[in-house]
Amino acid sequence: MTLATALFLLVLFVVTLTVAAYSTYAERKVAAFLQDRIGPDRAGPFGILQPLADGTKMFMKEDFIPAAANRRLFTLGPAIAMITALMTGVVIPWGGELTLFGETFRLQGTDPEIGILFVFAIVSIGVYGIMLGGWASNNKYALLGSVRAASQMVSYELGMGLSIVALVMLNGTLSLGGIVEHQAAHGWNIIYQPLGFIIFLVCAFAETNRSPFDMPECETELVGGYHTEFSSMKLGFFLFAEYTNMFISSAVISTLYFGGYHVPGLDRLGLDPNLTTLIGTAAMFAKTFFFIFFFMWVRWSTPRFRFDQLMNLGWKGLIPLGIANVLITGTVYHLAELWKG
Amino acid sequence: MSQLPATDPRSTDLVHGRDLSELTTLNLGPTHPATHGIFQNVLTMDGEIVLDAKQTIGYIHRAFEKIAERRPFYQITTLTDRMNYCSAPINNMGWHMTVEKLLGLELPKRVQYMRVIAMELSRITDHIICNTIIGQDVGATTPFLYVYQWREKIYEIYEEICGARLTTNMGRIGGWERNWSDTAWAKVKAVVKELPAALKEFDDLVLRNRIFMDRTIGCGPISAERALAYSFTGPNLRAAGVDYDVRVADPYSSYEEFDFQIPVGTQGDTYDRFCVRQEEMRQSISIIRQALEKMDKLGDRTTYRADAPEWVLPPKEGVYNNMEELIWHFKIVMGETEVPVGEVYHCVEGGNGELGFYLVSDGGRTPFRLHLRRPCFIYYQAFPEMIKGGMLSDAIITMSSMNVIAGELDA
Repeated sequence: MTLATALFLLVLFVVTLTVAAYSTYAERKVAAFLQDRIGPDRAGPFGILQPLADGTKMFMKEDFIPAAANRRLFTLGPAIAMITALMTGVVIPWGGELTLFGETFRLQGTDPEIGILFVFAIVSIGVYGIMLGGWASNNKYALLGSVRAASQMVSYELGMGLSIVALVMLNGTLSLGGIVEHQAAHGWNIIYQPLGFIIFLVCAFAETNRSPFDMPECETELVGGYHTEFSSMKLGFFLFAEYTNMFISSAVISTLYFGGYHVPGLDRLGLDPNLTTLIGTAAMFAKTFFFIFFFMWVRWSTPRFRFDQLMNLGWKGLIPLGIANVLITGTVYHLAELWKG
Repeated sequence: MSQLPATDPRSTDLVHGRDLSELTTLNLGPTHPATHGIFQNVLTMDGEIVLDAKQTIGYIHRAFEKIAERRPFYQITTLTDRMNYCSAPINNMGWHMTVEKLLGLELPKRVQYMRVIAMELSRITDHIICNTIIGQDVGATTPFLYVYQWREKIYEIYEEICGARLTTNMGRIGGWERNWSDTAWAKVKAVVKELPAALKEFDDLVLRNRIFMDRTIGCGPISAERALAYSFTGPNLRAAGVDYDVRVADPYSSYEEFDFQIPVGTQGDTYDRFCVRQEEMRQSISIIRQALEKMDKLGDRTTYRADAPEWVLPPKEGVYNNMEELIWHFKIVMGETEVPVGEVYHCVEGGNGELGFYLVSDGGRTPFRLHLRRPCFIYYQAFPEMIKGGMLSDAIITMSSMNVIAGELDA
C-alpha cells in the first residue's frame, strides 16, 4: 500500500464518519421540515454543532452492561456493526483519476474484480453485530429485535442479489469501477434496469433497517429493539453504524444505477482532467446525498410494516420479481445480440 | 409464518396442549413506550404470536369513588378531570349534570348549548389523540404532528374558558363560572372553520395508505355480540356495528335538538375504530356549528348559569361587606347547602363511551356513595380476547385503537 492510498483511506474514513454524523443532524432537520417544526437549533448557528454535542453526550454517559448479559459478545456487537459499516466504502469509486505531482491516483480505495460481492459479504457480516448485541443483552425485546433483524437481512439479501444479477449480466463485470465505466460508455443502468432498481431500492431500505422496514428497532413495539440495553458509546456505535450504512447504501445505489461519478456530457467540454474528476466526485456526493434525503423522506412519510407482511413482501413479492427481472434481462439481451448480428 | 390452527383462535385456549418450554413470557408494560400509561400485560408468546394474555388492572388506582365520599359535591369535579384526561370537560359536564339531576335544576338553553360546544370540542381532542396515536404506533409519525396542533388550538379554547388545559375543572354545578370571553368564541369559530381541512389532510395521509390498511384491517377485531356481552359502548361498540350512542339513546343537554349522524363500522377491527372516530370528529364539528347557530337565534349573550344561588359563590365585595353574603360563602365552601335525599344515574357519551355516574345522596354534605361507570375499565377486560392469536404488533395497535386511558381504567 502506497502512502497515497493510505492517505486516501484516511480521508475516506474521516469523510464517512463526518457524513454519518451529519446524517443524524440532517435526519432531525428533514424530519422537522416535513413535520412543520424547527428541529435542533441550539448548538451553534442553525444547530450545526449538534452532532458534536450528541457525540460528547454519548461519551459522557455511563457505559452500562446488564448483570446477566454476556459481556464479551455485548461489547463485540456494536464493534462489529461499526467496523463492517466502515469497511464497504473502500471499494466504492468516489471519483475518476486525479493527477498530482506527476502521479495518477484513482479516487477509490481498491477496485477488486468482485467489488459487489465484497459489499454483500461485509453487509452480511454486519448483521452479526445486531444479532450478537441483541442476543447478548439477555433481554426479550432485544432478542426479538435481533431475530427480526437476522431474518429480515437474510430475506432481503436474496432480492437484492437477484436485482444485481441482472445488472451484472448487462455490465459484464462485478467490479464497481468497471460498472461505472460501463455506464459512462453505454448510459446509466437505471435506463436499462428500472425494475431492478426498484427491487434494489426496497431491499436497501430493509438492509439498512430504515422505516418502513425498521422492524429490529421498532420503538413502539420493541422499546429499542436490539439496542434496548445499550448505553453510552456502544449505543452510539449502533446508531452511527445505521447512518453509515445509509450513506454507503446511497453511494452504492448511485454507483450501480446512476452512473456513480459520471456526469453526462462533462468530458465533451474539454476541461482540465483534474477538474473533471473533481466535478465527478461532487456529482457522486450530490447523488448520494439525494438518496440519503430520500431515505429520510420515506421514513417520515410512511407507516411501518408488520413483521409477517415484511416477510411476505420479501419472499412473495421481491424475489419472484427479481427472478422475472433476470429472465427478462437475459432474453432481451440475447435478442439484442442476435439482432445486432 | 403466522398460520394459526384452523380453530377460531379467539375462542380456544391457544396455550392448551403446547410444550411450554417452547413458549416465552413477555411483560408488555407497565412501562413500555407503546402502552401510553401504566398498563401491564403478561403475554405468553410463541415467537411473535400472542397465545395468551393476562392484564393487570389497578396500577394507578387512586380510590376516586372512596375519596368522593369525603368531598363536597363541587369538589368532586376535580376528581373527574383525572379519569379520562384526554376529554376532561366531558367528565366535568357529566358530573355537573348528575348533581343537577339530583337537585332538579333546569338549565337555560344557552348554558346547555355552551355545554354541548365544550363537550364536542373535547370529543374532538379525544379522538385526535386516539387516531394520531394509532398512526404513531404503526410508525406514521408525521400525520400525528400535523393533526396534533389542532388539539393544541382546542386547549387554547379551554384556557380561555376556564384557565386550565388538561385537568380543566371546567364549569360549575348549575352552569359556568363566568361567561365565555369574545376570544374564546372567536377561537371556537376558527376551529370549526379550519379543522375539516386538517382532518381531510390526515385522511389523505393515512386512510388509504396501503401499509396502514394492511396493518389495521382485521387487527384486534371484536364481534358485535362479544362487544355487547362485555357491555362495550362508544366508538369501540359502534365500530363493531351497533349504533348505540348516549347522545341519541338518552339525550341530555338538548342533544335531541341537534341533527347528526352516528357512524358505525362492520368488522370491529382497528381500521373500523379509526374510521368511526374520524367521522365522529366531523359530526362533532357539525354539532358545534349547529350550536353556534342556535345561540345566535336565541339572541341571549349574557346568561351563563341557572338560578341556583346555593351553588354560586357570591362576589368578593359582598362577602367582605355584607353578613348575608359572608354566610352564603361560608355555607357553600363548607358544603353545607341543602341536598335532597335520593339516588340518580346519569350518563354522557364520553370520548370513549358511556361515562356514567351513579350517585346516592343521604342529604349530607358529601355523596353517600358514588359509582363511576368507566368505559375503559370495560374495554380493557376484552383486551386479551382481542389480541390472542395475533402478532405482537397487532396487540400494540389494538391497545391504541381502543383508547384505553390508564386514568379512567384505574380511577
